[in-house]
Amino acid sequence: MTTTTYREAVRAAHREALQRDSRVFLMGEDVGRYGGSYACTKGLLEEFGPERIRDTPLSEAGFVGAGIGAALGGMRPIVEIMTVNFSLLALDQIVNNAATIRHMSGGQFGIPLVIRMATGAGRQVAAQHSHSLECWYAHVPGIRVVAPATLADARGMLWTALEDPDPVVIFEHATLYNLEGDLPNDARSVDIDHAAVLRPGHDVTLIAYSANVHKAMEAARQLAGEKIEAEVLDLRSLRPLDDAAIMASVRKTRRAVIVDEGWRSGSLAGEISARIMEQAFYDLDAPVGRVCSEEVPIPYPKHLEDAALPQPEKVVAAVKGLFGDHG
Amino acid sequence: MTAPADKLHLDRDHLLHLMREMLRIRRFEERCVELYSAAKIRGFLHLYIGEEANAVGVMQALGPDDAVVTTYREHGHALARGIAARPLMAEMYGKIEGTSRGRGGSMHVFDKATRFYGGNAIVAGGLPLAVGIALAGKMRGERNITACFFGDGAAAEGVFHESLNLASLWQLPVLFICENNRYAMGTAIERAQSQTDLAKHAESYAIRAEAVDGMDVVAVEIAARRAAAFVREAGEPYFLENRTYRFRAHSMYDPELYRSKAEVEAWKKRDPIPFLEAWMHNTGTLHADDLPRLEAEAAAEIDDAVAYAEAGHWEPIEELCRDVMTPPDLRQNEAAA
Repeated sequence: MTTTTYREAVRAAHREALQRDSRVFLMGEDVGRYGGSYACTKGLLEEFGPERIRDTPLSEAGFVGAGIGAALGGMRPIVEIMTVNFSLLALDQIVNNAATIRHMSGGQFGIPLVIRMATGAGRQVAAQHSHSLECWYAHVPGIRVVAPATLADARGMLWTALEDPDPVVIFEHATLYNLEGDLPNDARSVDIDHAAVLRPGHDVTLIAYSANVHKAMEAARQLAGEKIEAEVLDLRSLRPLDDAAIMASVRKTRRAVIVDEGWRSGSLAGEISARIMEQAFYDLDAPVGRVCSEEVPIPYPKHLEDAALPQPEKVVAAVKGLFGDHG
Repeated sequence: MTAPADKLHLDRDHLLHLMREMLRIRRFEERCVELYSAAKIRGFLHLYIGEEANAVGVMQALGPDDAVVTTYREHGHALARGIAARPLMAEMYGKIEGTSRGRGGSMHVFDKATRFYGGNAIVAGGLPLAVGIALAGKMRGERNITACFFGDGAAAEGVFHESLNLASLWQLPVLFICENNRYAMGTAIERAQSQTDLAKHAESYAIRAEAVDGMDVVAVEIAARRAAAFVREAGEPYFLENRTYRFRAHSMYDPELYRSKAEVEAWKKRDPIPFLEAWMHNTGTLHADDLPRLEAEAAAEIDDAVAYAEAGHWEPIEELCRDVMTPPDLRQNEAAA
């Protein structure tokens, strides 16, 4: 075991990928000489050189499209978009090209491309740097969307994504990079298909992904003090959703609260809630609860930002509401 | 006709080849119009009629290992690249026997065998793909080039500029071919571009560029051969602005309110097919029975393609969701490929 950070795990995953497969290369804004805007790729330029650690101009559509083209041309590119906020400039390439070319070509051409980007709020960087738009990507057939919440997944999802013959978008919550923990020295690739139970429980299922898994875990600790044992399900994959794992947990606990940093309207939480209604309605003892971001662009002041986002206390309150305790 | 700088290729056989290719495209698309009226072809149908010299001229400069990226107006590029009329027509019908199993239709022709990467129906959406394909080729140590076709409308898109910048900055072997037919759908170039000399955009990114008469197939071929040779040797991009004209409407839904009949008729006097015919006639390279023979061959090929498409099959609805993602049992195999 080694004590490390999420950031170091991401970096180790890149080093391994670059060592294992000569087709793998990384491109994005400031991934090279700067070392990555979140320092995830520090040192890689020196180790692998400027051909494979490729700094790009500020041209999100251009370099994401070039990543799609390079994948078509036989490479295994990793494209880092600095944050989900800037990915909107590349949305056309991702939705209209990466997600469609396998289908439009009748299966002749796949796009083995990995796109990584930071996402989320919580660092007082205001509205244009705080979006949580994973749901937009998870809406689109033709791409796979994953959200590593743990060090093991930060370390292990990249290689699995690179082995996938189709485009994979990896969302890394910006508040997770400093997360510390232990990783086995021989940590390797992990599956990217299944949700994972991070904490077993029998009274309610807290369904979350990315950084909000940790808020759900904190809520579960608080609830345990009140004799409510919450099961915490880390979705891990946002497209496809692991319906089987969601339903298995909900059928056991008979209650669910979804914690989602996206805005409530049109959210992944809404989608998951609908699936639970469709597949497990008669197993429920209470309506599905949702803790999402408030319907406001994320504000700069800390107290307002905190109020806009899901928090453990809101999750606790939502769970208690399912038990008839409305505070 | 401009004086050929490269006479080696301008013997009678080659000129007949150029004529044959342009005629095939013209007659194929004219048949498509009939089939559209007969409701055999649906959706959008963007015709290349009038612009044939560009695809035919440029394709002469490409080898089998080179890649092609093009637009929704790509029937001509597909035929000139060597995609057979049969699967192309079947694709127009939406039949399984089509180039994309019918999933793409007129706007999304793809063909792995000829490295034909679509069929992109987002204006300028193919440019960064071409940059990436060229980047992959360069990183893999290949000597091929990527030809990227797009229209004048693309020059107003941001990703056009991003792509030119990247191709030049990274010294990538991309041959950009701007088919300037003067209209972005219905908006004339003067109404859309502050700089109507589009080659200047390329020069501003330190890319060599030239404008060529896109109604003159020989001029296009000569320019394309020179440009492709430069891209291949120097490993740098090159930009051709082919000045051309679309004789038909933008698509089958277009009432053409934005341009005068007189303008269209004036351009039709420069139709690339009669233009080449006259030049061959004047130089004694066209024999009396050549055109009737080429016309008969084209008609037979298209009749055969239509029969093939008619006899083709509709994909079973049970297969609706195939080719979205790789099925789980095939993921490992694909990954190893």
